[in-house]
Amino acid sequence: MGVGIEVTNLNAWYGTNHTLQDINLPIPANHATALIGPSGCGKSTFVRCLNRMHETNPIARVTGSVKIGDLDIYADASPVEVRRRVGMVFQRPNPFPTMSIYDNVASGLKLNGYSNRKALDEIVERSLKHAALWDEVKDDLKKKSGASLSGGQQQRMCIARALAVDPEVLLMDEPASALDPVSTSKIEDLIFQLKTQYTIVIVTHNMQQAARVAEKTGFFLNGRMVEFDSTHKIFTNPTDKRTEDYITGRFG
Amino acid sequence: MKADLQKNRTRNTLRTATDHLATGLAVLATVLVIAPLFAIFGYLIYKGASSLNLAFFTQIPKPEGEVGGGMANAIVGSGVLLAVASLLGIPVGIGGGIYLAEFGRGTSLANAIRFTADVLNGVPSIVMGIAIYALIVFRQKHFSAFSGGVALGIMMIPTVTRTTEEMLLMVPHSIREAALGLGVPNWRSVLSITLKTASPGVITGCMLAFARVAGETAPLLFTALGNEFWSVSLNQPIAALPLQIYIYAISPYDDQHRLAWAGSLVLIALIVLAVSLVRYVASRGILKGAS
Repeated sequence: MGVGIEVTNLNAWYGTNHTLQDINLPIPANHATALIGPSGCGKSTFVRCLNRMHETNPIARVTGSVKIGDLDIYADASPVEVRRRVGMVFQRPNPFPTMSIYDNVASGLKLNGYSNRKALDEIVERSLKHAALWDEVKDDLKKKSGASLSGGQQQRMCIARALAVDPEVLLMDEPASALDPVSTSKIEDLIFQLKTQYTIVIVTHNMQQAARVAEKTGFFLNGRMVEFDSTHKIFTNPTDKRTEDYITGRFG
Repeated sequence: MKADLQKNRTRNTLRTATDHLATGLAVLATVLVIAPLFAIFGYLIYKGASSLNLAFFTQIPKPEGEVGGGMANAIVGSGVLLAVASLLGIPVGIGGGIYLAEFGRGTSLANAIRFTADVLNGVPSIVMGIAIYALIVFRQKHFSAFSGGVALGIMMIPTVTRTTEEMLLMVPHSIREAALGLGVPNWRSVLSITLKTASPGVITGCMLAFARVAGETAPLLFTALGNEFWSVSLNQPIAALPLQIYIYAISPYDDQHRLAWAGSLVLIALIVLAVSLVRYVASRGILKGAS
């Protein structure tokens, strides 16, 4: 089951570049929350702060607090523990090229020392079914390399890989921006189903996509969160002038 | 209109000619690269194949002046030396490469290691022989297979380290992120994901280093020394193919010259065999369609 996320006074830097400024944001459990905004506004940095991927860059720095459920991820947990609870899907599909489809999906568990074969088989099947890829790959799970799938299939495999470790939150950083329209709509259908069980945060450039999949939407601009409200409100009657300008296409 | 067409045609002919010229030059360069290899191999077969017989692979050298004998002890000796060298050079080399690419990036220690490796790569092999003589042989008061293996192993380290580093750096950042994003600890991600993804290149680097030291004679002259008799002990002087070739090649007997040619042929054939075998075994673990 998903859990809610409470972000308080989050600030982030790359070197001297203050990329996120005083972000406060309650992300509801078991819903999809979309983050929109022009390129370079900080939305990717923001999701990378939610699973502590931000700090893998040696010049990056973060202050403030992020609570996922009851866990304060910066005060009470190691990055490795946080990332097991908060899965991530990246902009471009990034399968492990030397691994079969099966091993790709099982990798998160296997690399953490989990080796119960029967349980792994079940988890791989369940995750691939969840990611709506099972029927397409079930016959050559162990024969085909994950990198031999099409781009859209690879991305769904990456989603299955993230789901296999049973996270509570799923972060998606523009998961469909490198995909064709058919694959994009499959990913969107998937988000629709997944959000009943996971808390989903999705960064997107595509405003229609935000409107289609998310209950809540946040608008980022220049490292600040300008407005956060129900998706319906953001797209029909935004409070802030800048949000209105952005969604009506006056800039960005 | 017609003049334009005419002009176009001349330009096309010129383009085609340039294309052919460039292709021709590339083919020529390829031939020039491959030719010496085939020339050497052909000459070795011409000179050495006639002396190859069962005795060559089963007998030890005959006393000076007698005809016949083989290089069985030298073939086995080279195997022992290269095993010791690989056991030392490959783990240390790969470990160093991992440090340079993954953990020490940008630190002054890493820069120092990189610089040392490059200098070590340029140290003449005879100097390596003298150094190991002073460090090991002189203290132990006897020549040994162990010291010869150490000399070869140290020569392998810089090549293995630098190729491992280069190959690890070629692994896309997105793959490391994928592993970290799954909650895999960094060390595990480096070993099981990054190194595994880079493994074809790393193996090539190891094989290059292996093939290079397999033919080294100079570092063995005052370490392994050579041996006319059977020995596989690490504590005794041991025979090696390059050493035996060297001894036979400068001897006054025609029969020994022929054996030296045969030894050279066997040395090259064994290196090719070993490298191909490792590549075959390594490639079986990797799935088709991987990029």
